[in-house]
Amino acid sequence: MGSRSGAACDLTSHSLLTAEQKAIYQAPDLVRRTLGFASSVAIVGLSTKRQKASYFVATFLKSRGIKIIPVHPKADRILGEKVYPTLKDIPEPVDVVNIFRPSHECPIYAAQAVDINAKVFWLQLGLFNEEAATIAGAGGLDVIMDLCIKMEYGRYDGTMRFLGMNTGVLTSKKAQIGRISSHEDVDLSECLL
Amino acid sequence: MSKPDQKRDFGFETRMLHAGHVPDAVTGSRAVPIYQTTSYVFDSPQYAAELFDLKQYGNIYTRINNPTTAAFEERIASLEEGAGAVATSSGMAAQLVTMMTLLEPGDEVVASQHLYGGTRTQFVHTFRKLGVTAHFVDPDDFDAWEAAINSKTRALYAETIGNPQGSVVDISRLAALAESNNCPLIIDNTFATPYLCQPLNHGAHISLHSATKFVGGHGNSIGGVIIESGRFDYSHYPTIANPSPSYHNLRFYDTFGLHGFLMKARVETVRDTGSCLSPFNAFLLIQGLETLSIRMDRHVKNAMAIARYLEDDPNVEYVAYPGLESSPYHELALRYCPRGPGAVFSFGLRGADPRGAGRRFIEALNLFSHLANVGDARSLVIHPASTTHQQLSDEELVASGIDPGMIRLSIGLETEEDLLWDLDQALRAI
Repeated sequence: MGSRSGAACDLTSHSLLTAEQKAIYQAPDLVRRTLGFASSVAIVGLSTKRQKASYFVATFLKSRGIKIIPVHPKADRILGEKVYPTLKDIPEPVDVVNIFRPSHECPIYAAQAVDINAKVFWLQLGLFNEEAATIAGAGGLDVIMDLCIKMEYGRYDGTMRFLGMNTGVLTSKKAQIGRISSHEDVDLSECLL
Repeated sequence: MSKPDQKRDFGFETRMLHAGHVPDAVTGSRAVPIYQTTSYVFDSPQYAAELFDLKQYGNIYTRINNPTTAAFEERIASLEEGAGAVATSSGMAAQLVTMMTLLEPGDEVVASQHLYGGTRTQFVHTFRKLGVTAHFVDPDDFDAWEAAINSKTRALYAETIGNPQGSVVDISRLAALAESNNCPLIIDNTFATPYLCQPLNHGAHISLHSATKFVGGHGNSIGGVIIESGRFDYSHYPTIANPSPSYHNLRFYDTFGLHGFLMKARVETVRDTGSCLSPFNAFLLIQGLETLSIRMDRHVKNAMAIARYLEDDPNVEYVAYPGLESSPYHELALRYCPRGPGAVFSFGLRGADPRGAGRRFIEALNLFSHLANVGDARSLVIHPASTTHQQLSDEELVASGIDPGMIRLSIGLETEEDLLWDLDQALRAI
């Protein structure tokens, strides 16, 4: 193996994706662009339990000023936000549809994400479904798979490095408060760097 | 205008200098600053609550994390291409933290018998107090590894380059064996350094270091570090997968995925054992990393010249350096350490009284420092039979893999001819 961990080092080296698929579904530019403009994220499968990964992610996104919209069949409110039983019940614009459900269910959510005019269809770490990607892609959505939206945010706003994780971000440019590192177009509020 | 080149795979030396540190937003400080602080002011009560709940990435308390230490951690994780790293107060602490994170009472470890003596003592005596049993096997004998693995085995352990035999372990074969038994393979990569070998790229799951040695490189700071690949499937590995009673029943692997082991090691084991690295030592170790490749190339070049010289000396019985064609580990060394198998090795003095010859040899040296360490910029020497192992009889020495005339060298960065001169005059004096 060569020296792989340049910028955008692929942290998910245990990834389900081939190198070609990563280039499409984990492209650093796509990830950073998404983090930069996302102001509302619908989270399908957001748990009501505070120790589940989805709850961590939702708490984190909320703290960054991002509107989270829980999608859950039974719950009423999660993290203080009104819950909708399906994506199609959400009455407001959704930028990113973020999935915490098994891979095989993803084509259904992809079709719904197209119907509600979401911009990005994002499957969490460990999830991959090419059929879902095709549906979302044909509907005009960008698709990200097998990445955690919290980890990616922490990678590019610099906070993940506080825990000694390999962000793969390498630059001689001075960090900017409230901005994703070395990306001039992206403005993040309440960033810690 | 070209965009920041985020797709480039930067080279080892570039990462040695840049990984883990972006110039600070306020001061623009180019060097990694020393954050000599115990604690960090929280943004708000809400943020503090989320931070303690691990829902935020942030600084909590220097016993858990520190920005200077984190720069060291990310930099070495980048060099070995891991998911991340956790620094510890010493190499011994790196081992203990790794094992305490992975193991429970009743668990077992199978380890190479070619280990640093301090490691063996920790595995035998300290582990016993924790209810953990270690079995030691000949690292070359894969039948022995398999025979020692049972249903209680939770980890395999070896050193990239073992001493005093100068044995190089077949990492990828051992990793496959570990994985087929649902165990991570832990490699102590201290003697090879991240420059000469990247164990995670050969399938090991955890690599650890006494950073005290070549990583720091100047003999001034004790420290250790654990690097993890993020590739081991812990979903059926009890301590990482199961709910943790010390963290509100958090399931570290379920919640943090590829960071699960590292998070648990940091926020539970290092937190509870107090085995954190000091930020000042982290800063010194970072200075070491910034010149690692250049130093290691010279360490290896000097070691090779000295090993060849000793091999030809009539007073020398053997030279156990895997860089030599005569070593049984030469092939493995070429595969795992193609730039050279480090700069620490042993050789044996010949003669009727090898123990006495060893003592006289040490006394006659002028440049080599007689002390118990390796991996300094300066050349070091020790004669176990007259120091660390002096209480043992000749027979007991041999049983512990050390012969009475054995000398261990750690080759430094001095002028090659001066080192050869010093060894030559000492060999003539015995």
